[in-house]
Amino acid sequence: MTVATDPDARFAEYAHPERLVSTDWLAANLGTPGLVVVESDEDVLLYETGHIEGAVKIDWHTDLNDPVERDYVDGEGFARLLGSKGITRDTTVVIYGDKNNWWAAYALWVFTLFGHEDVRLLDGGRAKWEAEGRPYTTDKESAPTVDYPVVERDDAPIRAYKDDVLAHLGNPLIDVRSPEEYTGERTTAPAYPEEGALRAGHIPSAQNVPWAKAVAEDFGFKSLAELNVIYRDGAGLKDGDSVIAYCRIGERSSHTWFALTHLLGFEGVRNYDGSWTEWGSAVRVPIVKGREPGEVGAR
Amino acid sequence: MSDDGLPDALAQIRADFHELEIRDRLQLLLEFANELPELPARYTEHPDLLERVEECQSPVFIFVEVDDDEIVHLFATAPKEAPTTRGFASILVQGLAGLTVQQVLEIPDDFPQDLGLTEAVSPLRVRGMTAMLGRAKRQIREKTAA
Repeated sequence: MTVATDPDARFAEYAHPERLVSTDWLAANLGTPGLVVVESDEDVLLYETGHIEGAVKIDWHTDLNDPVERDYVDGEGFARLLGSKGITRDTTVVIYGDKNNWWAAYALWVFTLFGHEDVRLLDGGRAKWEAEGRPYTTDKESAPTVDYPVVERDDAPIRAYKDDVLAHLGNPLIDVRSPEEYTGERTTAPAYPEEGALRAGHIPSAQNVPWAKAVAEDFGFKSLAELNVIYRDGAGLKDGDSVIAYCRIGERSSHTWFALTHLLGFEGVRNYDGSWTEWGSAVRVPIVKGREPGEVGAR
Repeated sequence: MSDDGLPDALAQIRADFHELEIRDRLQLLLEFANELPELPARYTEHPDLLERVEECQSPVFIFVEVDDDEIVHLFATAPKEAPTTRGFASILVQGLAGLTVQQVLEIPDDFPQDLGLTEAVSPLRVRGMTAMLGRAKRQIREKTAA
C-alpha cells in the first residue's frame, strides 16, 4: 500500500476495510503522492460537468471494453490506459462514480482482473460527495504519462464464463437484477435499453438480490449486520460457499461482487459478465421463469 | 438541404461534430447538453403530457407539438446527472427547430449513428438518441393522422 488506509471506524467491521475510503478521508488526502483518483460513470459526459479535483476519467465503454470483441482490453491496452492516467503498478487508486458506484465497482473489478493491488472505492461515490456539498472542478483532465507494466489478465479467480456457470449449478448463484428481469417479465432493467437477450427469466436456483440492496440511505454501503441479513439470512449464503453473481452485462454484479468479497469476506466469488445478455440468448441452457428460484435440472 | 437530404441545421450539426477530434466531440456534446432549453410552463405543470423514452439509460421525456402551419416543436427534459442524454435531446431540439412535419419524417432513422459519436460515447449509448428520434416521429404521425 502506497497510501495509508482509511482508519474510519465504520469500515473496521468489514472483511477488507482497506478497500473503502470515506469522503472525509479522500478530501483530506487529495494530492497525496502515490494516490490517483479515478471517476467511472455510466454517463460518459458526467466527468466533464464537474469532478473531484485531480481525478482522471476511465469510461467502461470506451476505455475498458475491447472495441471489437466482447471482452476487456488486454494487458497492453490496460498498460497503455493506466500509464496515460498517471497510474503506476504501485499507485493507490480510489474509484468513485455515479449511480451508487455501480460503474466504479465495475472498473474496480476490471482493475482486479489485472491484479492491481491497491484499488479502493470511495464509499457513497458521487452522490455522497455531492450531498455533503463538497466541491467539483471542470478543469480538464491532466495526468503525467507514466509506465504501467504489461500484465496479462488473470480471469479465472473472479470471472466466470458460461461453461463455468453450467459447471457451477448446484452452488449458490446471486441474480442481482430487478425483480422484473428475474421473473422474466422483461429482459432489460426498467428504463434501460434493450440489449438483445432473446429469452427472459433467470438461471435455475439463483437467488434474486437486486444489487442496490447493499446501499444505505446515505449512498454508502450498509453495515455488516445489515448485509448479513440480506445475503446470509435472505439469500442463504454460508461461509465457504462458492458464489457466482450475474446481472445483464456484469456491471451491477460487480457491485455485488465487491460487497460479497471485500465487505462480507466470501472467497472465490466470481462475476459472470456474460450474464443475461449471453445466458438469455444461449442455446439449450436451462432457464426458470417466475418468482421462485427453481431447481437445477428441473424446468 | 444537404446532398443526402438532411435538413440544413442537422447537416451543420453533423459537420460540426465531424470536424472535431474524438475527444473534442464530447465537449461539443456537453455544450449541447448545457443548451437544452427549459420546458415551457405548460409541460412543467403537466408532466403527464410528456412521453418517457424507455430506451435511454437515464430518464428523458419528450413531447412534440405540431402547429397550424405544420411546423414541429420538440420539447425534452432530462436530469443534469444525465448530460449525454441531455446532449442528444438538445441536438434534436435544435436540429428539428422550424422543420415541417414532412421534413422531420424524412430524417433518416439512423441519423444519430452518422454524427461521429459512436466512437466517442459508444454505439450502445447512441441508441438512446435513435430511440428519441423514433418516438418523436411516431408522435408526429399520431398527431397528424387524419
